[in-house]
Amino acid sequence: MKKNASFAMIMLLLLALFVGCGSTALKNKTNNDDGNPQEEDSIITVGFSQLGAESDWRNANTRSMQASFAADDNYALLYKNGQQKQTNQITAIRMFIQQGVDYIVLAPVTESGWDSVLGEARDAGIPVILVDRRVDVTDKNLYSCWVGSDFELEGKKMAAWIKSYTESIGMVPEDLHIVNIQGTIGSTAQIGRTRGLANAARENGWDLMEEITGDFTETKGREVMAALLKRFDNINIVYCENDNEAMGAIDAIEAAGLKAGPNIKNGDIMVVSFDGVNIEALEYAKQGKISCIAECNPMHGPRVKALIDTLVSGQTPDKFNYVDEKVFSSISRVKKIQVDGVTYDIDLLED
Amino acid sequence: MKKQNEKTSIFNRLSDTNLLLTITIVIFFLMYLGAIIFQGGGFTKPQMLFNILNSNAALIITSCGLSIVMITGGIDISVGGVVALVSMCCAVYLDYHDGSILGSILIALGIGLLYGLVQGFLVAVLDIQPFIVSLAGMFFARGMTTIVNTAPFNVEDPEFTALKDTRIIIPGMGSYTRKGIYVPAYVEIGVIVALIIVILLFMVLRFTKLGRSFYAVGGNKQSALMLGINVRRTKFLSHLICSVLAGIAGYVYFLHVGSGSASHAMGMEMNAIASSIIGGTMLTGGVGNIIGTLFGVMSLCTIQAIVSSAGLDDAWWTGITIAAMLCIFLLIQSVVMAQKKKK
Repeated sequence: MKKNASFAMIMLLLLALFVGCGSTALKNKTNNDDGNPQEEDSIITVGFSQLGAESDWRNANTRSMQASFAADDNYALLYKNGQQKQTNQITAIRMFIQQGVDYIVLAPVTESGWDSVLGEARDAGIPVILVDRRVDVTDKNLYSCWVGSDFELEGKKMAAWIKSYTESIGMVPEDLHIVNIQGTIGSTAQIGRTRGLANAARENGWDLMEEITGDFTETKGREVMAALLKRFDNINIVYCENDNEAMGAIDAIEAAGLKAGPNIKNGDIMVVSFDGVNIEALEYAKQGKISCIAECNPMHGPRVKALIDTLVSGQTPDKFNYVDEKVFSSISRVKKIQVDGVTYDIDLLED
Repeated sequence: MKKQNEKTSIFNRLSDTNLLLTITIVIFFLMYLGAIIFQGGGFTKPQMLFNILNSNAALIITSCGLSIVMITGGIDISVGGVVALVSMCCAVYLDYHDGSILGSILIALGIGLLYGLVQGFLVAVLDIQPFIVSLAGMFFARGMTTIVNTAPFNVEDPEFTALKDTRIIIPGMGSYTRKGIYVPAYVEIGVIVALIIVILLFMVLRFTKLGRSFYAVGGNKQSALMLGINVRRTKFLSHLICSVLAGIAGYVYFLHVGSGSASHAMGMEMNAIASSIIGGTMLTGGVGNIIGTLFGVMSLCTIQAIVSSAGLDDAWWTGITIAAMLCIFLLIQSVVMAQKKKK
């Protein structure tokens, strides 16, 4: 009797295991997420290897991709989160190849080390579209095209805004004591934004006191800013390479009994940052805690989809595709900035 | 008379091992079959299985080492740290010091050997709890990795990348893509290394005196002593083998990822323990089998692959399924063992 009971128990557990597998497969089919090519030959399957979910910007980027492909019945998107590890992304791409996807979209976590896996994709005849960061491969034909932001232009825009604003309140360049809380060292965004500021500081004679990484996170931004405030007592501009760092830095500034704001002459510390995706950060910008945000547009989905449409129709798209980006501020003193001969309007944020 | 009794009890344990092994293998095949039926697509291609092997060759090696320590009734949670330390040291040596491949392999083996000697000494001679010893070992390895180099980086040494991209093509197992392009099936060098180690250890455990003494020490230390087995030496050797294997696994991991990073192999020791348990090794010692461990790793990784290919890719989904699977395995094991005892 007892024996039968335990036998039944095992069977039940095994059943549970398979029902578990079965139901997920079923759910997939209704979502058109299934990678099975035999059943849905007309549907174009796109494998998307996202590098992680580390920031609000990244999550908005993922949602944009998912929304763009979900809207069209001809497409199915397979999404894989790499959790910040290149190994996971390489495993994901290999799985896409085995599942027989038609296109691979890759948002790489680092720039190097992609030659062999992208070679495998090419051998299987699957075009690869890069999103956001770029890859450093010996053969540029390993990917079809790239969609993303011009990070150096973002940095240049921000530097131009700082220049116009400080000139408008009558400050001399030598009085600008700037610290740069950088992003993850080696990422394309960090390299471009750091270069934008460093070049401008050299040209204008600003006092760029320190460049130190905040890893694109709020906690690290807070930590780094607190340490910087202890080291220097004359910081008046904090250049954060994303919004999460800026929010952390503002926390640290307020905890030290100082004020984050644009009135540098009255002892405020001015915080500027990048992205413009996080609602809270935009709220901070309206209140003037963050003086200026250079947008980094995460809405890559429609652009990627358009590129795949181009590839499907047999045409060759442009190799590098930049998305349009704005500059947000609640300070009305600066209306326009000029970078490399192009004029950009400032989008005024109001309460 | 007493001696006779002990012998039969050890024999009993060994057949428990075989029973658990059978359960593991059957469940693995059922699961893979389930994946083929319900998920289709990728799982019908042999390369899917080879990809699982390619990405987890290092886990197979560490799990084998852990199984041996667990069979003797010990534990070693430093293996993940050792893997990270080995890959970072080799990466720095190859790229910053212009090192050779042979030199980097020696570094990997050296780190493993050193770890084994120290941990084995602390556990076997000084009689400190293996958990505490290897916990300290884990922290030390992780800390040292960051001291050696903080930032993660990819190795660009041409000889190494050539070795990293070496593929062993398996004839007749390739498949055609949707566009009709033939893609050959392959495994990486690491897989071959892992399989050789599995076979070697299987032989050692099955056919040598040392192998039998591992089971004896884990089954009952007192009786093992009475049987004339050197318990200290056996324990020491189990830790030595485990750490050297962790060193080899570190190199295999390094060969797969081609980079050094402080966050490499995070939680690998836990996956290795889970794989050993799924493979039928008991934490209490005396029961276990290397072939079972191999299937334990494969089951764990297949579950991960199934979860991932079903599109449930958030980290917690994998965690939850592995937890559920461990529970089911442990339940089945204890129920089956209870049944057997009654007979």
